[in-house]
Amino acid sequence: MIASVHFPILQIVLPLLLAPVCVLLRGARLAWFTALTASWGAFGIAVALLYDVLAGGPVSYAVGGWNAPWGIELRVDAANAFVLTIVAGIGAVVMIFARKSVEHEIGDSRAYLFYSAYLLCLAGLLGVTVTGDAFNLFVFLEISSLSSYVLISLGKDRRALYAAYQYLILGTIGATFYLIGVGLLYQVTGTLNMMDLAQRIGGQEDLRGVHVAFAFLTVGISLKLALFPLHFWLPNAYAYAPSAVTGFMAATATKVSVYVLLRVFFTIFGVDFSFGQMPLGEILMILAVAAMFAASTVAIFQNDVKRMLAYSSVAQIGYIVLGIGMASVTGVQAGVLHLFNHALIKGGLFLAMGCIAYSIGSTHIRDLGGLGKRMPWTAAAFVAGGFGLIGIPMTAGFVSKWYLVLAALEQGWWWIAVLILLSSLLAVLYVWKVVERMYFQPAGGTGETVERAEAPLGLLIPTWILIVASIWFGIDTRLSAGAALEAAKTLLGAG
Amino acid sequence: MGGEFITGELIGVESIGIAMLWALLIPAAGSLVIAWLGRWPNLRETVTLVTAGALFIDVLWIVELYSRNGGTALTLWEIFPGLGLTFTAEPLGLLFALVASSLWIVNSIYSIGYMRGNGEQNQTRFYICFAVAIASTMWVAFAGNMLTLFIGYEVLTLSTYPLVTHSGKPEAIRGGRTYLGILISTSIGLLLLGLLMTWNIAGTLDFTPGGVLAAPLAAGAIGGPMIGLLLFLYVFGIGKAALMPVHRWLPAAMVAPTPVSALLHAVAVVKAGVFTVVKVIVYLFGVDLLANTPEANWLLYVAGFTIIAASVIALRQDNLKRRLAYSTVSQLSYVVMAAAILAPISVVGAAMHIAAHAFGKITLFFAAGSIYTVAHKTEVSQLDGIGRRMPWTMGAFTVGALSMIGVPPTVGFVSKWFILQGAMQTEQFVAVAVVIVSTLLNAAYFLPIVHAAFFRPPPDDDHAEHGEAPLPIVIALTVTAMGTIILFFLPDLPLGLARQLGIGG
Repeated sequence: MIASVHFPILQIVLPLLLAPVCVLLRGARLAWFTALTASWGAFGIAVALLYDVLAGGPVSYAVGGWNAPWGIELRVDAANAFVLTIVAGIGAVVMIFARKSVEHEIGDSRAYLFYSAYLLCLAGLLGVTVTGDAFNLFVFLEISSLSSYVLISLGKDRRALYAAYQYLILGTIGATFYLIGVGLLYQVTGTLNMMDLAQRIGGQEDLRGVHVAFAFLTVGISLKLALFPLHFWLPNAYAYAPSAVTGFMAATATKVSVYVLLRVFFTIFGVDFSFGQMPLGEILMILAVAAMFAASTVAIFQNDVKRMLAYSSVAQIGYIVLGIGMASVTGVQAGVLHLFNHALIKGGLFLAMGCIAYSIGSTHIRDLGGLGKRMPWTAAAFVAGGFGLIGIPMTAGFVSKWYLVLAALEQGWWWIAVLILLSSLLAVLYVWKVVERMYFQPAGGTGETVERAEAPLGLLIPTWILIVASIWFGIDTRLSAGAALEAAKTLLGAG
Repeated sequence: MGGEFITGELIGVESIGIAMLWALLIPAAGSLVIAWLGRWPNLRETVTLVTAGALFIDVLWIVELYSRNGGTALTLWEIFPGLGLTFTAEPLGLLFALVASSLWIVNSIYSIGYMRGNGEQNQTRFYICFAVAIASTMWVAFAGNMLTLFIGYEVLTLSTYPLVTHSGKPEAIRGGRTYLGILISTSIGLLLLGLLMTWNIAGTLDFTPGGVLAAPLAAGAIGGPMIGLLLFLYVFGIGKAALMPVHRWLPAAMVAPTPVSALLHAVAVVKAGVFTVVKVIVYLFGVDLLANTPEANWLLYVAGFTIIAASVIALRQDNLKRRLAYSTVSQLSYVVMAAAILAPISVVGAAMHIAAHAFGKITLFFAAGSIYTVAHKTEVSQLDGIGRRMPWTMGAFTVGALSMIGVPPTVGFVSKWFILQGAMQTEQFVAVAVVIVSTLLNAAYFLPIVHAAFFRPPPDDDHAEHGEAPLPIVIALTVTAMGTIILFFLPDLPLGLARQLGIGG
């Protein structure tokens, strides 16, 4: 098939070209439909690519017919095909959610701006994921970052502007650090293609330029993925962005940055250098464990549930990074698997918050009293998602924790295994704080009558798609854990 | 990644696999129908009773099939490569399933009387959660490996949480926090770690006669201290077994309505706990392996300590349900201690005591709830002379109390007999002493209640006019009291199963 050869580029071109179309169309409904087509199209292509790659090995695509290392190469292997699927999948599901939610929170007159920025952001994230060129990655990273500043600033609350500004500053610093790192590597090796870089760095590991590049890349990427203690932009951005944006970003933006981390340190630098010569493993694991405890503890004391979930994200990123920091097949598998599972769980939870914001107009914990009766389906979705965060069996969260603990035990690090399990008990505290409020407190002191105020189906269905998926991948793990294992093997084998 | 979704023999009515699936599906489907019929209470309660009856028949059918063909493993699908959702029928699980499913019938009859008698809110939610709890109990009973069991164990915790907090009052929420907090933190923090370590060491979590740790031990992969540590993780990770100091959830859960207390103490929850402990000792560690590991000896002393300490605490409780709760803590450790004696005959005693305590304790709780429903009395000191007004209730209470003490002709005597025999055989005189002292303590905190109820005059200021409890309650507590006596004379069914366990172990 001719089209399937071009899948890697179509993946990016489709949302990129349809983004200006949204602006031209103006009408909220038409723009939404265009964006829906683009995001589902991208998802379809991502799934096709995943199957191609799992069956037939890596796919390489030379943009414009210019072969690597002179032209830009798009390269899809098991690792990024998997990330691609989850990013495009979340993008597609959230787009269903967006129509009602955007109409409510942003308004029809500005909706086309939202859809256009959303598609640009999606195109950027997908581009970061498929590209095999280190500089091209920076370009796509900036596309996604710039459009996400716009998306966040569309939030109803004026504090969204400050949050977007804060993210802009820190995100730019992160991207600049990344660029400096890539520049130094170019100076040393004279190439930007990742595979080429990997080969040419071999033998030059002792050069100071490589070491400095390594340091810049580590800090830059850690900022983008909100690794503790470089996470300060995240809670505000998630809390004040429009609900659909929070759901989308939480499940994709940081995940793509984690992928960049994997790509840079496993493929370009190689495991032996990153984790053998450089103390990356120790640094990542210490910061990850700190994130798991510190961010979870902070989450317990949050009163806005969106903020609480944002801090929980910082903690969950800790789990992902912890697995990666172990640099063993099971560890990386656990990290990649949790990247996938957490995207589903947290996406579902943030969409549930979107349902609440739609019906109640607030996600503050004091306003959630009696929600179990007023919005039974939304409340149930929150409980199911919360189980996933805690890691109750038969949820995706349990599967990730299983592999993560197993990876720690394989290395003989039983204290890390203990820390993982102890920190997941902190999740019980913040999840249960909300559950008790929703089910045991009567509706808040505003004197509202306890009426059914369930969110419309247009919001409930996408929420439940993600929640059901998070349960499904807790029961049948063949696809998720299998693909994560392939990804881990690819990443470690390449080094 | 491929492979069959379901493996194991699934064809024909005689398939034990099908019958086990039904045992999970019947209560699960029942909960859905109950939810659907919530608006018509009479119909809803009929469904509960029919479901309970059908489940009991199905479990009997499984026992019959097992005695004919033996058990086969049924793997639904693999959650992790080489580690599936597996169900197997084996004697201990069958015994537990029999106890739970038969008592569910009686408990349902009782629930109807109690919940209506007290005009409780949210009854539909109550019956739904009850059915889900029973489904997860069956899941635990038939689990073929530790992961499967763990899943059922967690579902059981979560499905009973809304029952414990049923009233929604602040003290119920607080009790619920303790309940969930202790059970979840022990199961995730310790039990899950233990089973992951076992999986990492042995490469299997299947329940295997003789245990799965013998090979790694022989190969030198682990030593005695590791086995001691694993035992610690399991025994305290299984918070439902209420070994001190992880017993506090049980008294905290006393805020629940009485049928729920009966569910917790007799039918499902604590039984799932001690069942899991026995299962782990017999099928994961192996009795012989533990007997040869000095690092595992401490379990006997911890269990013995819990038996005595909980009895002493029970002695000082005036609230009747709290006294019963501490009595449960003590009685559960009988099961753990019996298993920890590590003699085949005492393992039989452990299995029998699961059944014996279930029938005795459910009778006691039924009686306590009966008194609360009719007379609104909750304290032991208020019970003077109540036996004359409520002869059936207090008669049943007496039978239950005698079974707790272990006086013939009640089934409590049978299990204590086996436990003592095991202790004698292995010359563990500490265990013998514990049994004797605790029997005296049991008598000390139960017999005064019986004496006060029948032989003391009612207080002068007691003008409340009440007679016996509503009929469903009286039926339920009479049936279980009779069960306690019948099982003494006809212990063949449970004992037969328990003996197979002794041989297998």
